[in-house]
Amino acid sequence: MNPSAWLAPPAWLTPDEWQAVRISLIVASRSTAFGLPLAVLAAYALSRGRFAGRSVLDALVLLPLVMPPVVIGWGLLLLFGVRGPLGSLLQDWFGVRLVFTTAGAALATAVMAFPLMVRAIRLSLEGVDPGLEAAARTLGAGPIDRFVTVTLPLMAPGILAGAVIAFAAGLGEFGAVITFASNIPGETQTLPLAIYAATQVPGGEATAAKLSAVSFSLAIAGLLLSELIARRMRRLLGM
Amino acid sequence: MLEVSLRHRFSAFALDVSFSAQTPGVTALFGASGSGKSTVLSIVAGLLRPQAGRVALDGAALLDTAAGVDVPAERRRCGVVFQDAKLLPHLSVETNLRYGARRAPRSEITGAGPSFAEVVDLLGIAPLLRRRPRALSGGERQRVALGRALLSRPRLLLMDEPLAALDGGRKAEILPFLDRLRDVAGVPILYVTHALDEVDRLADTLVLMEAGRVLAAGRLETLAARTDLPALSGRRDAGAVLSCTVQAHDIARGLTGLGFLGGELRVPLRIEPAGTRLRLRLRARDVAVATEAPRGISSHNILPGTITAIAPAGPHEAFVTLQVGPTPLLARLTRDSVGTLGLAPGMAVFALVKSTAFDHG
Repeated sequence: MNPSAWLAPPAWLTPDEWQAVRISLIVASRSTAFGLPLAVLAAYALSRGRFAGRSVLDALVLLPLVMPPVVIGWGLLLLFGVRGPLGSLLQDWFGVRLVFTTAGAALATAVMAFPLMVRAIRLSLEGVDPGLEAAARTLGAGPIDRFVTVTLPLMAPGILAGAVIAFAAGLGEFGAVITFASNIPGETQTLPLAIYAATQVPGGEATAAKLSAVSFSLAIAGLLLSELIARRMRRLLGM
Repeated sequence: MLEVSLRHRFSAFALDVSFSAQTPGVTALFGASGSGKSTVLSIVAGLLRPQAGRVALDGAALLDTAAGVDVPAERRRCGVVFQDAKLLPHLSVETNLRYGARRAPRSEITGAGPSFAEVVDLLGIAPLLRRRPRALSGGERQRVALGRALLSRPRLLLMDEPLAALDGGRKAEILPFLDRLRDVAGVPILYVTHALDEVDRLADTLVLMEAGRVLAAGRLETLAARTDLPALSGRRDAGAVLSCTVQAHDIARGLTGLGFLGGELRVPLRIEPAGTRLRLRLRARDVAVATEAPRGISSHNILPGTITAIAPAGPHEAFVTLQVGPTPLLARLTRDSVGTLGLAPGMAVFALVKSTAFDHG
């Protein structure tokens, strides 16, 4: 996907402001798309799994929620920095650099939004009657078959809710992004970073106000859209 | 033959159960709530693994902890009808019905067993196929659940109080289907219930459970006539169970003749056609005993028999067991009557039964 070919900028935004909106949308979508499958697995393991270390995993998943985002960003820097244990591997094997890139901003955003996503999915998974999975089992459905034909469709509203909340939170993630990916216009400068930058320079109030309005509209649109889809989904699922 | 023997200890409850039952046929697990019936069913289905046990169907082990055999539930081919149907809410009735059939081994699909159309017809659910489970009544849901289990080509049908969540009317709607199922499908059925009327109507073998143990197991007719089983004899409707065949209807007099091994009963007119086999519970409190053939009496049924046993039933009453031909009957009399008439085992007597005693059946 070529980010620069994305939509036409509205006339009332300057190219720089539009760039921040675009980067924000890209970062939020990438982090959601990347985090969602992992969040589904984590939610399933935490709610249905019986294994040693479940409470450790539970705490680990929730960690970004209770830690200062700057600390998470710094932790990512240590792990994924060019000299970090994972960062150097990525660099050597795939030639991928995460620090100071859009992908890095998406990673930081995904980590921060992960607990929100897991919580939303887990909540809906806990509403799925395990008796339905047992019934599918007695009808000859193996573990993967059951998961795909029973559990996954019934937790779909939770997955949607998780995705929306992660996307919305991703649009606004500040601390972890600025620490790990820095504030590079056109690369890692998302909406909140651009608003912050605008408030730091004289005469930036207009930009800050416009971008804040965009943030507000995106959030409202996301919530309305998710409500609409959730309603249709519930009807589709017979719930 | 279905063989079940298992031991499992929960924190506050121990299960120690062993019984075997003829197949095909309906085996009822009967007992109060909390006696462990449903747990036994879950273990047979493979949804719960006991600490020790063996479950075998017609010689093939589904579970044998000693031999390390534990066929996973999805390959046990046990169709389960749960108390609350457990239909998949996101699928239509038709997709629910086909869910198990799609997953049954191919060789079984083409083999014997009722087809989709036959099952839909048997259960009268054709008008429901396009609907979602949410839009069904309780009775309709149970019928669909029954159809779904049947269509999965089970080797054993497990029913966990399938009628408990239904009111009287809905129950009456399902029972005839279960009757037909037993006669048509030829699949052995393990049926969990705490309702005696369902046992009477459906069961061939009765397994009486109490507090995680088997009190008694055997043919229903044999167990029903025993007076040493409080779970059965302590009830107001304790009494012998008779397997009868409808012989003839006397419409002018409003009576139907029912034949059983050893005699015939006349009961108020029934709707079943002649030749129908049905089971009746002859409650002990509806049976009186006379030492000589009574005359000028309103009871239609005067059955000659022999007293085989007298057992106490409460402080002032007694169960008198009578043998009418090969069939045992139970009469509940006051101890005073037993003494006055000088009743004793071996005596030839007459059992008197009012025709209207069968109104409840």
